[in-house]
Amino acid sequence: MPTYNLKVNGKLHTVEVESDTPLLWVLRDHINLVGTKFGCGIAQCGACTVHIDGVATRSCVTTVSRLQNSEIVTIEGLSENGDHPVQEAWKEIDVPQCGYCQAGQIMTASAFLESNPNPNKSEIRSAMQGNLCRCASYNSIEKAIEVAANKIK
Amino acid sequence: MKKSNQIQFSRRAFIRTSALASGGMLIGFNLFTACKDDVAPPKDLIDLSQLNYNDFNAFIRISDEGKVTIYAPNPEIGQGVKTSMPMLIAEELEVAWEDVHVVQASLDTKNFTRQLAGGSQSLRQGWKPLRETGATAKQMLVNAAAAKWGIDVSECSVKNGVISNPNGETLHYGQVVNEAALLEVPEKVTLKDPKDFNIIGQGKSNVDIDEIITGKPLFGLDYKEEGMVYACVLRPPAFGQTLKSFDDSATKQVNGVIDVITIGDKARKYLSQTEFNPAYHWTVKLSDSDKVVVIANSTWAALKGKRALKASWEDTSQLESSEYHSQELTKVIEGEEFNTLREDGNIKQAFSRADNILERTYESTFLPHNCLEPMNFFANVTDEKVHLVGPIQTPEAAAYVVSSILERDLDDVHVDMTRMGGGFGRRLYGDFVYEAAEISDAIRKPVKVISSREDDMTTGIYRPPTKYKFLASIKDSRVTGYHLKEACINGNSWPSMSNFFPAGAIENYKYDIAQVTSNITAGAWRAPITNFLASAEQSFFDELAEELKIDRIQLHKDLLKNVKGTTDERIQYSPERLEGVIELVVDKSNWGKTPEDIYQGFAVYYCHNTHVAEVADIKMENGYPVVKKVTVAVDCGVVVNPLGAQNQVVGGVIDGLGHMMYGELTFKDGVPQSNNFNSYQLIRINQTPHVDVHFIKSDIAPTGLGEPTLPPVGAAVANAIYAATGQRLYKQPFMKYFKPEALKA
Repeated sequence: MPTYNLKVNGKLHTVEVESDTPLLWVLRDHINLVGTKFGCGIAQCGACTVHIDGVATRSCVTTVSRLQNSEIVTIEGLSENGDHPVQEAWKEIDVPQCGYCQAGQIMTASAFLESNPNPNKSEIRSAMQGNLCRCASYNSIEKAIEVAANKIK
Repeated sequence: MKKSNQIQFSRRAFIRTSALASGGMLIGFNLFTACKDDVAPPKDLIDLSQLNYNDFNAFIRISDEGKVTIYAPNPEIGQGVKTSMPMLIAEELEVAWEDVHVVQASLDTKNFTRQLAGGSQSLRQGWKPLRETGATAKQMLVNAAAAKWGIDVSECSVKNGVISNPNGETLHYGQVVNEAALLEVPEKVTLKDPKDFNIIGQGKSNVDIDEIITGKPLFGLDYKEEGMVYACVLRPPAFGQTLKSFDDSATKQVNGVIDVITIGDKARKYLSQTEFNPAYHWTVKLSDSDKVVVIANSTWAALKGKRALKASWEDTSQLESSEYHSQELTKVIEGEEFNTLREDGNIKQAFSRADNILERTYESTFLPHNCLEPMNFFANVTDEKVHLVGPIQTPEAAAYVVSSILERDLDDVHVDMTRMGGGFGRRLYGDFVYEAAEISDAIRKPVKVISSREDDMTTGIYRPPTKYKFLASIKDSRVTGYHLKEACINGNSWPSMSNFFPAGAIENYKYDIAQVTSNITAGAWRAPITNFLASAEQSFFDELAEELKIDRIQLHKDLLKNVKGTTDERIQYSPERLEGVIELVVDKSNWGKTPEDIYQGFAVYYCHNTHVAEVADIKMENGYPVVKKVTVAVDCGVVVNPLGAQNQVVGGVIDGLGHMMYGELTFKDGVPQSNNFNSYQLIRINQTPHVDVHFIKSDIAPTGLGEPTLPPVGAAVANAIYAATGQRLYKQPFMKYFKPEALKA
């Protein structure tokens, strides 16, 4: 099996996996970072969202062979102490219900605020529509992103 | 109502304390016995000295530094009980919430029953016993302090885990905990006056919030053990088909695939020997057919290996399509064969004497649960024990079935629960646990069995399609008779539902049910039965008010008047509490006073012990109804955790709205026509209205919130769409009425 060098959360990892292996499973099964979640496997739910070179990306359809020179950031590496403004806002609003989708929501939201630090409601709703929350915590997600935007200011 | 001596007895029987070798005090109690409504005192007195800690499944640990750890045994599926139930203990224990640490306990599944999450029951049943447990521990600590000071207990006061005496001296819990542990469990404790609550009624964040937002392993899919392998099970493409033969040659070429095995013998043997017991199986029969399982060293290899299997299938029962289901339901609903759950007065006479009769039929569809965490479970079967870890709402039933299938002693089966990525009823059924156990037993390795999203959606235990026919007889502009007929696939209303509103409000009343059987598995789905019943019935009431030419709010108020002061003990709801939520929602929604492009719809419903009224505000945009706001009034008694309660209410409303508007799983020749989120529409953030929540202020014991706000929303929206378009909606999902071709017609 081929070998790949991946930079995840600032650390280099060498993994031996098939070239078609999605980043999601490399993270979960091989690097033991299980914060990134499996929801659909076809980029429809957003539970597996990570940042690749700063861009929110669905890791379930991103194969490992494309990532040799990329900076990959997962929920575990979003901040040192869980204190990224988005994480803080999520805590303040108490967004999660079952919590399963929230890592993906936070990764999408943090990349979005990076590109648009002062969004209006409709921009938030449009930016977050790729992330499903089966518990329907959507009202809280919307509010938490507004809170996070204020923290970033 | 329990008699007071029984409460005391049960408290004595379910609480025990002991000193810890490391210092501190451990209070053990059996949560499920404690919370059981109908706990009967055993015939013989329990000798407390003979109890050991295996009899307990929940613990409070108070360290000699005064730190409090509450081991919560309840399955957490997102309904917030892991936070709200410890709040009840901490309130009466008189400690600061910040000093409380909540840990998910592993379950003792062998001694006690009712270890499950479901039916919005946890908080309702825990309200008194959990407070008593906290109060008992506090009393023992105070007793110990009083003895130390040589004063009377009544001279002590407690705040935030610190006991004070009149001389201004203080002892914190940690300083008396070792003495307290040796004291007798008090017979009688006093509970706090609700006006003195300082934890209950305050919004507390989810206790797992830090782990969730930093991606720590919490869920079933995150659980790993050394040497663990991964497994995927091949599923038939259609309901009604079983495996004929398979070819695994391509699978074995997949890098990372370890083996391909078949299972089924053990389940088959068990089924042939054991009478089917729905209490343990949750009404879903185990499959007795052979299953092909791919074992691999990674999830990806297992998924790929499964895709590479070539199998042929044979039809072993009819391959059903949605048209067939609809026709069968129609046959039954138009037929004469029903079981009557409730009958008052003379329905025949009421209808024969009526001036006119309003008759309407409503229809729903199959719905998958679609928990975002697909079904999965870990099993490690060895000669010594059977270790099961994962997300399951019914660990006790799972342990029982696994012990039977594997012919192992129940004592050898140990279940640990993880946080669950959603439940919605799906994780009441333990099919995936039995499979994991059978696979691990076959390969004698720790194994994680994982469903792909496609398998999760297409081999589900679905919300069954149902048809309701409502008939109301009208005489002199009054409803004189009400006849509800239900035809449902593989399920039916529970008897208690026939005593929901409007039972008792209309003198001639009949509630009839009938079933259509199908080889497609159906079962509990968030707010079972009522999730569609409320939507259909409250749509009918909107039409009924129009037929009677009276205001829809007034119609409900008039009917509720008839129930006030009823002596009928079967009636489940309180007319006063329903009236309360109606008035609150009318006030808060600006009912009838909105701008002219906003159309409103109203619904009120009682189910799962909670009274709810909702008003939907919609706007037509490009010919489509867009729900802008839903105002909700809820009477759930005391609101224990306003933050968690708000989440449950909002989530229930949006979940209900999403499924009524978009949710649909159709079948063609036994094959589900959606298999992932590209072909099955779940509601998304940009389709979500603002949900405005209002709670009735109340001192009444709390009732659940995981389910009751979901059922009425379908009707509130349908009634608003009618107000906007003049179109009545009889069939879900509602968006079908608004396809471009439907608009042209």
